[in-house]
This record gives sequence, structure tokens and C-alpha cells, in this order.
Amino acid sequence: MGIRFLFLFTVALFVTSHVTRAELMEQKGESAQAVNKPISVKAFQPPSNDSIPDDEFGKMVRLGKNIFTHTGKYAADYVGNNQNCVNCHLDAGRLANSAPLWAAWVRYPAYRKKNKMVNTIQERIQGCFRYSMNGTPPPANGETIKALMSYAYWMAEGAPTGVKLPGQGYPKLNKPKMQPDYQRGAEVFAQNCALCHGADGQGVRQGDEQVFPPLWGKQAFNWGAGMHRINTAAAFIRANMPLGKGGSLSVQQAWDVAYYVNSHERPQDPRFEGNLEATKEAFHSHQCRYGDKVGKTVLGQSSK
Amino acid sequence: MNKRITESLVGAALVFTASAVTAAPLGKAIAQQGNGKGAPGCISCHGDKGQGNAAAGYPYLAGQPKEYLVNQLKAFTDKTRTSPVMQPFAGALSAEEMEAVADYFSQLPLPAPAGGNVVSDVSGPGERLVRQGKWSVGMPACFQCHGDRGQGVASHFPAISGQSEGYLKKQLEHWRKGERSNDPIGLMQAVAGHLEESEIAAVSSYLSTLSPVKVP
Ligand code: HEC
Ligand code: HEC
Ligand code: HEC
Ligand code: HEC
Repeated sequence: MGIRFLFLFTVALFVTSHVTRAELMEQKGESAQAVNKPISVKAFQPPSNDSIPDDEFGKMVRLGKNIFTHTGKYAADYVGNNQNCVNCHLDAGRLANSAPLWAAWVRYPAYRKKNKMVNTIQERIQGCFRYSMNGTPPPANGETIKALMSYAYWMAEGAPTGVKLPGQGYPKLNKPKMQPDYQRGAEVFAQNCALCHGADGQGVRQGDEQVFPPLWGKQAFNWGAGMHRINTAAAFIRANMPLGKGGSLSVQQAWDVAYYVNSHERPQDPRFEGNLEATKEAFHSHQCRYGDKVGKTVLGQSSK
Repeated sequence: MNKRITESLVGAALVFTASAVTAAPLGKAIAQQGNGKGAPGCISCHGDKGQGNAAAGYPYLAGQPKEYLVNQLKAFTDKTRTSPVMQPFAGALSAEEMEAVADYFSQLPLPAPAGGNVVSDVSGPGERLVRQGKWSVGMPACFQCHGDRGQGVASHFPAISGQSEGYLKKQLEHWRKGERSNDPIGLMQAVAGHLEESEIAAVSSYLSTLSPVKVP
């Protein structure tokens, strides 16, 4: 009763609420179906943070959690930028629709088109180190991977294996009405994102703490990371950004701003062997801007 | 209610006694003596070091981001932030004076630890909300935006650690009631909308027990 009242009250007061947006979007002819509330209705519930056991296994789980949230500190040898795993897997890897670890755990081993082979969970995690963290994959049997696996396993307690759970990955986004556009994207970015990520996309760092992550440039994910794809970024952004207001952008805005973010230079694709065209040909036949000309630069050209 | 009236009376009295601006740099002069045009010296309420007055519900201004402070002064004048006390004072400041006085307070060292309150809520619901958020409804941790110790971040995220319990509570309630709507991207309206009455009390109590920390 109380909660219901509070909800209605909030909706009535704030035009920016999800429901109101959804209605607006329906009027604009966009599918209200695509409106992502931050919670997915029947998402699996991982165990509470307080229930990590106080034993040897629990110690490993805690280390995994620390690596996940402060990767540059706890796995420094394997990280080449200022990102942390939690930047793209919110709430310490727990949040539905933000590629949560509990949903990942029960999905591997699995075939991946990206490297045309069956990947174990170890290999999947190594992939995020190589591309999203622009680093070096930690050894499959080393402590870093062991800790991250323990954390994921602990979080998936009671989840059915081999099932694509609701909330897994980022929710696929409907196609936009209009082609994604750089200029419109720049406007969305200035209004909704620059406050935290900076007008220059470099985020905010305080001492050792990366408060808001960089979205492009030397300290961001590289040209091989999933997030450099326009569709993947659009899906993530629509569901999760601006932070605390996931679902508030329209589908079109999400595509436009994803296009804008991914039209900037970032670290080189680690599979690059000296020829941009060849790398593009071999690995970038998807929705991305690698090799495209933006202003005077060809994206991927000046990355190291 | 009573307190509000008292605040207003104190404010009104100060308006009349405010002396003219001297040759001291503009920001400092306004802070200490007012501008002689309706804005009293700020330190009479916000403290001679900008440390605030917890008992009276006057927030500390020392060390807060300059841009944040300017935005608040503007918000009082355009009424996107309701405060019968601050509205007339802010309205009496020119844009240049707002900049100057905000700059002055932003550069003062942080106030001394709040003290007084005993930590009553370690790993209780207040601390959990502050450090972990309430993701079941999509609310990030308070410290994700306000810094890992509530010390404030960049130019738009104020420090919240060590601000008084009553003041914090009032702000969160104001956002919920729409009496404060000046926050960028509606971020705090969203946060406050996710909090229940008891949770507002818990986070306010917890945050008030923390010491203000210097931005690294
Ligand atoms: C209130 C601050 C805030 C705003 C506003 C905001 N973000 Fe974020 N964003 C964050 C934080 C914090 C993270 C990392 C999340 C974490 O670590 O829990 C993040 C993560 C991301 C990521 C993940 C990729 C990476 O490189 O880390 C992308 C992409 C992103 N934001 C895009 C956007 C876009 C586009 C907008 C505007 C529509 C936006 N953000 C608005 C705070 C914000
Ligand atoms: C810049 C963003 C980013 C960062 C940082 C990042 N990831 Fe990912 N991660 C992704 C994307 C994108 C996917 C693919 C999600 C999709 O397309 O559904 C993914 C997928 C995964 C998956 C598989 C999820 C599934 O359901 O199949 C795991 C496991 C994973 N990441 C772990 C990690 C770990 C561990 C780290 C830190 C070492 C990390 N990630 C850092 C973006 C990131
Ligand atoms: C009569 C006491 C009084 C005087 C004098 C006064 N203030 Fe305030 N001030 C308050 C109160 C009370 C609040 C809290 C308002 C609320 O509840 O939102 C406040 C809030 C503020 C805030 C918002 C702080 C924050 O953290 O958001 C700013 C900025 C501010 N005052 C600046 C000034 C300046 C500049 C002056 C001098 C020109 C001044 N005040 C003089 C009582 C006073
Ligand atoms: C998504 C980012 C974000 C999160 C999460 C967040 N805040 Fe804020 N908060 C802000 C911004 C931005 C402002 C500045 C608003 C303005 O300019 O008026 C602010 C201002 C405030 C203020 C006003 C300070 C003052 O001096 O008047 C309080 C109090 C506050 N937040 C408390 C909280 C609490 C408590 C939580 C957690 C329950 C929280 N915030 C979570 C972004 C956030």
C-alpha cells in the first residue's frame, strides 16, 4: 500500500519517471515494450552481499569481488586502462540487464562467433581483460581468474545451468527510426552524459579512484571490445545510463549517443597486425566505426 | 514550523544591519559583511569558517564546489529550490557577487569533524544505502556519485558527509515533494523518489556521523 502510494506520487511529480517516458514514447510511436525499467521483473535474485561465507572459499569470493570493482588495484598486471569490470557490469556484477555474472556463469562453455570456438568461462573473462580492459589476459589457472570465477559461482547459487536467464547480457534494443547521427548524439551527450563523463569523454578521476569512467581515448576500452559496437553500446546505455536513470532515454537517443561515443579514437584492436584495412576486413564486419573517417582522422589509425 | 519563522526573523534582522562592502576582495567582503543591498553577511549563519551550524540547520559551505554553490544561489532566486530564508538573500546578489562569494567559500578548508552524533548505524540500513545503493529499484549508491567517502566530486557533486542530519533530511524530502528541482538531469529527484521515509532518516543519520573529508 505504502509503496504503491509512493510510486504513484513520484510518477505524478516527476516528468522524468520511467512510466511517463514510456507513455511519451508510445505517443511518439516508439514501442513502449522497449522501455527497460532498471529491474527486470522476474530476474534471478543473487544472494545478498552480506552472505559471503566467512571461510577460505569466502575469502576467494571477496577477492573476486574486489578485483571486479577495483580491477586496476587488485589485478594491476593485467589491466591497461582506467576501467574496472564494474563499469559495464553494474552493482558489482549483480544487476540484471547489465550482463550480470550470475547469468554468465550458467551459460558457459559456449560457442562464440568472435573467436569461432567454444569458450570456457575462463576464456570469456580473459576476453574482457584483453579488450574491455585493454590489458593482458591473466593465466587461466592463476589466482585472478580463480577469484573471479569463485565470485561468479557464488553469485549464481541456485540458478539453473545451461539456461539463458532473463536479465542476461544487455537487452537487445529495437532499431532506431532514423540512422544514428553524430550531431544529434553530440547533443544528447552534452545534455545527459558530460556532467559525469566530461565534455571530453575522459571521466573523472580522484586520486586512485576512477569515479566516472572514460568513454574514449587512451584510458578507455579498445577497438576490439564489445562496447565499441554501436548496437551493444546503445543497448547498454538505454538500459543503464544516465547512471540512476536507466530507461529514460528514447531508443533513438540511445543509438545516437552510442554512435557519437564510438566515433572517437581509442586504443588499437589487439588483433591489429599493421594493416587497418585488413583488420577491419577480418574482425569488424559489424556495426562499428573502426576504419571510418571522422573529421580528419581515420578511426583506428592513430591508436597505439 | 517555529524554526522556520525564527530563521526568517533572524534573516530579516540581518538584512537591516548589513554594513557596506569594503575594499576587501568582493567574495570575502560579502561573506563577512553582506553586500549592503539586502544580502547580509553569510558567516552569521554559515559560520566564520563556512563550517555551518548543525543545530540550526545551516549547511557548511566550506570546500563545496564553486559551480555547485553558484547553481544553488541561482536556484534560490528562480525558486527551483525553496527556502524562505535564502530566497531573498540570493535575490539580492548580482551574478558577479554570486560568483565571488561562491569562489570564496569553495576555497575555505573543510570544516572540522561534525562530532556530537554517535555512530549508531554501522552496517545498518543507512550505511548500506549509502555504500551499496538500492539496485532493486535502480538506485546507485550515494557514494558512487558523491565520492567514495562522500567528499564530493568535480564541480556538480557536493560533499554530503558531515552535513547535519536535519539538513540532509530536509533536502531529500524537498526533492521528493518537488520543492527542490534544480538538480542536473533530475539525478537527485530520481534518487529521492526511490527512498522511503525511514530510509531518508537512516541515510541522513548515517551521513551526519561521518567527517567531512578533503578531496584527494
Ligand atoms: C551520474 C553520472 C553519470 C551520467 C550522467 C552518465 N554516466 Fe555513464 N557511467 C557512470 C558511471 C559511474 C559508470 C560506471 C558504472 C559503475 O562503475 O558502476 C558509467 C558507465 C558508462 C559506460 C560503460 C563503458 C565504460 O567505458 O565504462 C558507458 C558506455 C556510459 N556510461 C555511457 C554514458 C552515456 C552515453 C551517458 C549519457 C546518456 C552516461 N553514461 C551518463 C556515470 C554516469
Ligand atoms: C567497457 C565495458 C566492459 C568492461 C570494463 C568489462 N566488460 Fe565484461 N562484457 C562487456 C560486454 C559488452 C559484454 C557482452 C555483453 C553482451 O553483449 O550481452 C561483456 C561480457 C562479459 C561476460 C559474459 C557475460 C555473458 O552473459 O555471456 C563476462 C563473464 C564478463 N564480461 C566479465 C568481465 C570481467 C571479469 C571484467 C573485468 C576484468 C569485465 N567483464 C569488464 C563489457 C565490459
Ligand atoms: C539567516 C541565516 C542565513 C544567512 C545569513 C545566509 N544563509 Fe545561506 N542558508 C541558510 C539556510 C537555512 C540554508 C538551507 C536552505 C534549505 O533548507 O534548503 C542555506 C543554504 C545555503 C546554500 C546552499 C548550500 C548547499 O549545500 O546546498 C548556499 C549556497 C548559501 N546558503 C549561501 C549563502 C550566502 C552566499 C549567504 C550570504 C550572502 C548566505 N547563505 C547567508 C541560512 C542562511
Ligand atoms: C546519480 C548520481 C547521484 C546519486 C546516486 C546520489 N546523488 Fe545526491 N546529488 C547528486 C547531484 C548531481 C547533486 C547536486 C544537485 C544540485 O545541483 O542541486 C546532489 C546533491 C545531493 C544533496 C544536497 C547537498 C546539499 O548540500 O544541499 C544531498 C543531501 C544528496 N545529494 C544526498 C544523496 C544521498 C543521501 C544519496 C543516496 C541515497 C545520493 N545523494 C545519491 C547526484 C547523486
